[in-house]
Formats: sequence, structure tokens, C-alpha cells
Amino acid sequence: MYREETIAAISTPLGEGGIGIVKISGERALEILNKMFVTKNHHPKASWEPRKMFYGFILNPQSREMIDEVLAVYMKAPNTYTKEELVEIHCHGGMVPLRKTLQLALEQGAALAEKGEFTKRAFLNGRLDLSQAEAVMDLISAKTDISHEVALGQFEGLLSQEVQGIQGIIKDMLAHIEVSIDFSEEDIDEVTMEQLLSKSQEARKSFQRLLQSAKTGKILREGLVTGILGKTNVGKSSLLNALLRENRAIVTDIPGTTRDVIEEQLNVRGIPLKILDTAGIRETEDAVEKIGVQRSREIFQQADLVIFMIDASRKLDQDDYDFLHLIKDRRALVVVNKTDLEEAIDLPGIKDIIGDKKLIRISLLNNKGLEALEDALEEMVYEGEGFSKEQPFITNTRHQQAISQGLQSLEDGIKALENQMPLDFVEVDFKNAWKSLGEVTGDTVSEDILDHIFENFCIGK
Amino acid sequence: MNFYNGGSYDVVVVGAGHAGCEAGLAAARLGLKTLVLTISLESVAMMACNPSIGGTGKGHLVREVDALGGEMGLNIDKTFIQSKMLNTGKGPAVHSLRAQADKLQYHLKMKQTLENQENLTLKQGDVIDLMIEEGKATGVKTRNGAAYHGKAVILATGVYLKSRIFMGEVNYPSGPDGLATTQELPAKLRSYGCNMRRFKTGTPARIHGDFVDYEKMTEQKGDEETTPFSFLNQTLPIDQISCWLTRTTEDTKAIIEENIHRSSMYRGDMESVGPRYCPSIEDKIVRFTDKPTHQLFLEPEGVHTKEMYLQGMSSSLPEEVQVAMIRSVAGLEKAEIMRPAYAIEYDCIDPTDLQLSLETKAIENLFSAGQFNGSSGYEEAAAQGLVAGINASMKIMKKDPLILDRSEAYIGVLIDDLVTKGTNEPYRMMTSRAEYRLVLRQDNADLRLTQKGYEVGLVQENRYQRLLVKKEEIEQELKRLKKKKASPKDINPILEKIGSSLLENTLSFYDLLKRPEINYKVIEPLYIESKDLMQDVKSQCEVIIKYDGYIKKQLRQIEQFKKLENKRIPDDVVFEKIDSLRTEAKQKLESIRPHSVGQASRISGVSPADISVLLVYLEQRKRGNENV
Repeated sequence: MYREETIAAISTPLGEGGIGIVKISGERALEILNKMFVTKNHHPKASWEPRKMFYGFILNPQSREMIDEVLAVYMKAPNTYTKEELVEIHCHGGMVPLRKTLQLALEQGAALAEKGEFTKRAFLNGRLDLSQAEAVMDLISAKTDISHEVALGQFEGLLSQEVQGIQGIIKDMLAHIEVSIDFSEEDIDEVTMEQLLSKSQEARKSFQRLLQSAKTGKILREGLVTGILGKTNVGKSSLLNALLRENRAIVTDIPGTTRDVIEEQLNVRGIPLKILDTAGIRETEDAVEKIGVQRSREIFQQADLVIFMIDASRKLDQDDYDFLHLIKDRRALVVVNKTDLEEAIDLPGIKDIIGDKKLIRISLLNNKGLEALEDALEEMVYEGEGFSKEQPFITNTRHQQAISQGLQSLEDGIKALENQMPLDFVEVDFKNAWKSLGEVTGDTVSEDILDHIFENFCIGK
Repeated sequence: MNFYNGGSYDVVVVGAGHAGCEAGLAAARLGLKTLVLTISLESVAMMACNPSIGGTGKGHLVREVDALGGEMGLNIDKTFIQSKMLNTGKGPAVHSLRAQADKLQYHLKMKQTLENQENLTLKQGDVIDLMIEEGKATGVKTRNGAAYHGKAVILATGVYLKSRIFMGEVNYPSGPDGLATTQELPAKLRSYGCNMRRFKTGTPARIHGDFVDYEKMTEQKGDEETTPFSFLNQTLPIDQISCWLTRTTEDTKAIIEENIHRSSMYRGDMESVGPRYCPSIEDKIVRFTDKPTHQLFLEPEGVHTKEMYLQGMSSSLPEEVQVAMIRSVAGLEKAEIMRPAYAIEYDCIDPTDLQLSLETKAIENLFSAGQFNGSSGYEEAAAQGLVAGINASMKIMKKDPLILDRSEAYIGVLIDDLVTKGTNEPYRMMTSRAEYRLVLRQDNADLRLTQKGYEVGLVQENRYQRLLVKKEEIEQELKRLKKKKASPKDINPILEKIGSSLLENTLSFYDLLKRPEINYKVIEPLYIESKDLMQDVKSQCEVIIKYDGYIKKQLRQIEQFKKLENKRIPDDVVFEKIDSLRTEAKQKLESIRPHSVGQASRISGVSPADISVLLVYLEQRKRGNENV
């Protein structure tokens, strides 16, 4: 069903730009902004003067987590691009704050904008020229094909199976409720609050499991931040190039934003890695060497995954040993390159320091050991995350939003049950939960519930 | 064959069942010269199946028909023999009124109402063809050679079109209860461009009440205080007659299993689709084999007859098997069948051939209602009859049709479902079909609809004034409840008695009523202001206060829903020419021809992206027109 809600999206190209903008359009735009924006003194903003930038912070109202330092501007309808109430939040570039800000806006009640939706609204509200109508329609219909493909892919996927599993539980609850209401005089045991409670708690568990996977799914979507660290000339760039040569570079597709290619993003055995690269820093002078070390430490802090490279033919220095000690508590592995040369390092000593971390011996020159490295990478990712390839992942923000909303409705229903609200009220919440899930699987036809009733209950005159 | 001129009317209604009666009365009451034709005057408002009106979802429809100025509620209030509010253990939205009717009285009283109605002529006549000029219906022709002219025609033919009765190996052309059937009309309609289909329904046996052992059954009494259907009536005290509950036995199951091959349905004699919500007893036995016994209700058919209706036992088994089957039921060992159970097949129209006004797309000025439209049930029929009667009249008077949407009435849900989605089985109303169920309650049908009935011209001044008074009283009472406070000293003893948490500070009676365990009866010792208020007003206030959160949530959803509902699609839009629509969407839209973007969004096969495209197209077109 088509809805006219307040919508939000990241409206600047994806990538490491200077700033990125989250745009919110619709009746509730300002209300949503107010829920997540605080001034520099951490007070909610009392009043917004239209078209004026205000400095402040984006703050998660529940967790009190500070997300980003931003500039925000409110534009009053109808003098805006969409002719609706419009808000822009200017974040600090970078994917993480942008995504978190968008996610927060969605949590506060915005719906994720469809591709072209701002433009569509601008047109419908009389903003754009008539000649642009065709282009707008093409934009929308082009989207259909893409999302159709995605939907099909998901449909066959594990996610869809998992969601259908929850849908099944809720459908069964709804059928029991409806049959108790519409066929109350039939020869059927009325569903009890206890039965509904236990069923809905079962559904809640599945929901939570699924949302857990969203975290992993996010990694799969955005790439595991991977740092390749090590001394000059140890072969970092060669390793990157070798991995790039062997593996397909991938493209991220984030709804609501334009596509962009991140060159250092690649896909190893289905695991997207986003490789932070120090190759750009020329390390010829001592001073720059210092910067290089400092930069390495920064990368070390940010990375989900650390590949520490050492040269088999050169003795390690104090910096190397410091790093080896640091990676003990991190998801990391050690790569010993140049094994084609005579070995000058103290291998047993290194192994003592790194304990159970893997050590892979390779020779990039002879193209040896790359496979073992990929094995180790794969193992590390799956083990560390505690998931397996056979589990479903939510990789799509829209799906994540739908599933979160579904859980919220389910919780409302559980609360209503506990407060002994009548069945017909409880039903509203469970129906909403079911509908939210339908946005993932694409089926929300109430006729489904009737079918379920007639298949499973003996009713009739 | 030559046809004589039978006279000229504004509206000609074909059929005087529950749809035809409402259609005829509505048109006549709106001041149009109306003819109602029936195949037999004995079948005016005949209850061919169960002897009751209302029930879940259906009771809502009757209330709505009444609120709009229809007759069904008033007629059942005159002729009921038992009244029961169903689902009282659940929320107010699904309370549903049902009354057992005296069938003969129901028929007689309705017939009298028609006979006494100004502008209305009631005649016996078997319609075999329509008169059509330039694509418009202009009247009907009867078997006896009459041609009745009308500016609009309403078909409410029930199950009479090519009907065929099935009982085991036996089947023959017949209307229900031995009444005539019409063979010719379906073929004619087909030739005029209507898509016809074949549905089936069934009815159980009627048995003689003297040969029933009631000791073996459980008595089912009516409510102590009866509730009227019509908003014009207060409680109506009568001596109520009971129904009886019993069960089939393992023997019943054995008999049916032994003879299942003789059932018409399992013999494959029938080509049609029956409703899933009323399967025959043999169907229940076959499909739910692990259920050893099934419940049956015995319902009296009236005061002056001993016939008892055997609810739960509709069947297409041969008559002799029916005898054995019925006698295997607890308390029916000596039962005598007065009328056997049968299944009946009939022709009806594919309702997606209709517009929301219930005018057919193929033939202008031809309207239709009831079972002919693929629905089932007296109440569903009456609701459509009323709307068809109103809209045929509006058409003649060149006014806008009355179209109720899904957020306004069950009637809106009913017609939108039929016309937009179509149906694969006789369509029955259920409360679960209404997505805005919490708002569409049977208790507020008048508040939702009487204003509309008044604007149309069907609601009389007295009913309208009642509504205004009620509205005002509710408003005043809500204000009063907010203003008047209870002090802990006064209210705590009462709260303690019912186990409700005690007050520390004063609290308004409005806030007190929010508690589930507190109602007017609890607060009335301290809150005397409401003493003289109608019960109706009090219950409205209670519902509004107690379920405020949920109702507000639903009202917000309705607001969203209305936005698309109010975006009208002009009649001359050619969907096939909108390039960006997907092919399937083009075809579906072209065939249903939705009147609003909201309606379009409910057509299966039309995606949200298609709706976006449609919106942009409509805007483009609007601006294009402005520029020209």
C-alpha cells in the first residue's frame, strides 16, 4: 500500500566526502529532528528559525550516545524543494555518522525514502516543471525493476525464510484471534491470553535473533574495516594488489543514496573487506616515517580486522614487537612475507607473543600462500562473529526498519495482552507486526489469514 | 413475442428479497416512482436459509442499513423471537447483535411495508429480458408479456437465475423451497456484455419440533435484556423462544462416511464454488476426520410453526441418508424431516463488472445487488440493495452517488471488496475484513452514517434530530466527566470493594473510567449527573474514554488512507497509455477502472511503484489541462 509519510535519506553521494547530508521531508520532519538534535550545551533546541543553520549534536535519545557534531537547518513548507516541511542535517562525511544519523531518524518515525521520492514529491506538490514528469515516472519505474530483482533474491534467501517463519507464528495467532471473534459460537476453543502470550514470546525471540543478525548484515553490507599494517617495503601494497587481482572488487548499494565505488573495497570469499590503505603516504624521510607510524596506530584503532605484515628477511625492531603485543587482544593475524628470501626473524619468539593468533607465511613475489591467507581471513571473520554462512542476514536498511517496527508492534501487543485489553485491540498490534514483516517478504494480504482460518478450523452452518 | 406496455417507472427492481426490498423502498422514499417485481409474492423478504438476522459482522451491516434509513433493522425489531449480543466478552468493536426471527412474520411485515409505501408498486412477474437502448437499460420484459419501462433497473435476483437443486443423485432445476427459477435472463445478460459465473450454496433440513428430545440438549436462551437493531427503538420486551444445542455422534460420522460417494458434491455433479465458511456436514467430516462429533443448533423458525432449522448440518446427501444421519444425532432419534437439506447452484455476475455505485460497467443505468453480485447472506444483500436503490435514484436525479469507503462503514468494505478484488466464493461479511474495525462499531453506526443518510434524503427528520441530540449529549457528558473530580475520601471505599487501586489525590471521573475495571455502574453512586442519560450515550463515552489510545491510532491510519481515497481518477483516463506502468498493472487497472488512487492501490497486481507512477501521471495531466 502506498503511504505518504515523512521520509528520510542520505542525500549526498556515498564516500569519504567532507560533509554528508541527511534530508528529512514531510509533516513530521521537525518533530523528528527535535527528538535527536541537541544544542552545544546539550539542551533540546527551543525554536527553529527557518533557513538558518544551527550548530549542535545528534544524540540518540534512548542510549544518550553522541553520534555526530552537526549543522542542522529547518525549511518551512511550502518554500522547500519538496514543498513539504524539510530538514537537513549536515554530518561529518564518513559513512558511520551519516548512517547512524539516518538510522536514528528512521527510529524516530521517518520512513526510508524510495529512490526518486524527494523528486516525486517535489513534482506532485507542484514544484517541478511539467516537462520533468516523464523523467520522474521513469525514475520510479526504473526502481521497480531493481527492487524486483532484490526482492526475488531475498525471497529465495534465508532472510525471507526466517521472516516467513515469524510471519507464520503471527499469522497463526491472528487466525486464532479472528476465529474467536468472527466464529465465536462455533465449536472451537477460544484462544486464551496465555496461549497468545507464549506464542508472541516465541515470535519475539525470533525477532531478536533476526535483529542481531542485522549487525553482521551491516558488516556484510559495508565491509569489514581491515587495516594492513607493517613497516615500509614489507609488501603492503603488493598484498593489496594481489588481493585485488584475485578477488572481484565490489560495489556497495545503499538505498536512498547514489551508488559509488570504493576502490579499496573488495570481496574475499563473500566477505566484503574495506581496506584502509597507508600506501598514499610517502615514507622517505624520518619525519614522515613518524607520521606513518601515527597513521598506522589510527588505522589500528579503527579496524575490525588487522593484518600485520612482517618481512621474513629482516630482524624485527621495537616498534614491530610493540605491535605484536597490541594485536593479542584484537581480531588480527600476522603475515610473514618474503619467505622466498633467507629467514632472519625469530619465528618461535613471535609465536610466543601472539599466542593463538594465526601466522601465515607467504611470498608475494612467487605468488605463494595467498590461499592460506584467505582461508585464515574467512575463518577469522566467521568465528569472531559467531555466525555461519547458513544464517540469514539483514543487509538492507529498509528491511531492518521493517523488522524493527514489527518487533515494536509485537511488543505493543504483548503489553496489551498483559494489560488484559480485549482481543480485538490486541489484534491491531499483531496485525501491524505481521504487516511490517510483509514489507520484507512482499505478502500482506488479509485474505491469507482467512485462508488459514478455513484450512485449520471446522466452521460452518 | 409481442410485449404489452406495462407502464413507465423511474426505477424497476427485479426481485423482492432482502436486497430488492431495500432497493425498492429506498428509491420510493426518495420520491421516485418505483416498481418491484418478484417471481412470487410469497417470497417477499423470504428467509430461505437460517431464521436469524445479524451475527458477527452481519449485525454491523444491519445497524448501518438502519442508520442510513433502511428497513431491515425495523423489520426484525417487529418480528424477532430471541435477541442476543454476541462477543460481549471481547471489545466493543466486535460486539455483534443477532436476533432469531419469526420467518413468516418477517416476510409479512416487510410485504406490508412495501404495499403501504407511497410511490411503490409491488407486482408478481418473472423477468426474462432487459430492454436496452444505446447501451442504457430502459426497462424489463416478463414471461407474461409485459414490458415495464424504467429510467434505471436494479437486478436483485438472488439465487433464481438458472438455479438447480442437488440432493444426492437427484438434481433438478428449481428455485429455493420449490419456487420457480428463471432460465433465460443469464444468457441475455451475457450477450449484453456481463461476465456471469456460477456459485453454490446450501441449506440444512427443517425438522418437526414435536419429535425432538430436548432433555438431551442444552438450552440456548436469549439475553435477559433485548437490544433492538434500530436506533429508533429502545429495548423491546418480548417472551423469547430458546434455541437448543446438541452434537452429532460417531454414528453420524459412520453414516456419512459410508454414503459420502452419494453426495452430489463428491459425485462431481456440481460445477460451482461454495462458500468455505459454510461447508456441508459431509465436508466437515471429510476434512476434519479427527473430530469425532460436531455441534448442531436447533433454531425455531417462528411462533406459528413447529419447523426447526438444523444449523450445522447443511448437506447434499440423498434424502434417505439425511433421515438416518439426522436420527443419529443426540436427541433427534425420532426426528421427522419436514424439508430436506439441499445444495443449490445459481448464476451470478462477476462483481468486478460493477462500479462502486453498484452500476454495471457494461450497461448504463443497470444496477445490481445481493446474491446476484456474488455475496451471501440477508444482511449483505440488504446493504447492497439499499446502496443500489439510493444510487439508481441519484443517477436519475443527476446527483453524485453515495459511496462509502472502507473507513466509514462495513458497507464500504463489502462493496469495495466485491468490486475491487472480486470474490471466488459467495462473499460473507466478517469483522476481520474491516481494517478499521475499532472505529466501525455497531454501537456508533448512527454517529457514522445517519448524517449521510440525511444528506441523501433517506433519513427522516425525527431520526436526524435524535442523532443531533445524541451527539450533543456525548460531547457534554465527556466535558462533565473531565470537570467533575472524585475525592479519595468518597471514592476509595468503592475502589477498595472492587479491588481497584486507591486514590491519593482527587481524580476526574473521566480518568477513573479509563481503568478497565471501572464503568458507570461503579461511579454512579458518586456521579449522579449521568443518571438520566440514555444508556447509548453512556456506552459511547465509556468506549471513547477506555480505548482512546487505540482509537486515536486507528484514526491516524484513516487519515493516511483518506489521502489516496480522495485522489479521484477521472473517468476518461486510459491506463494503457501510461508508459511507465507495468503491463500487468495496465491490464488490471483497465479492467477494474478504479475511481480513486486508493481503490487502485487495493487491486491485486498493482504495486506501490505503479501507484506512484499513477500519481505523477494524474498530476501531469491536471497541469497539462490547466495549461491548455
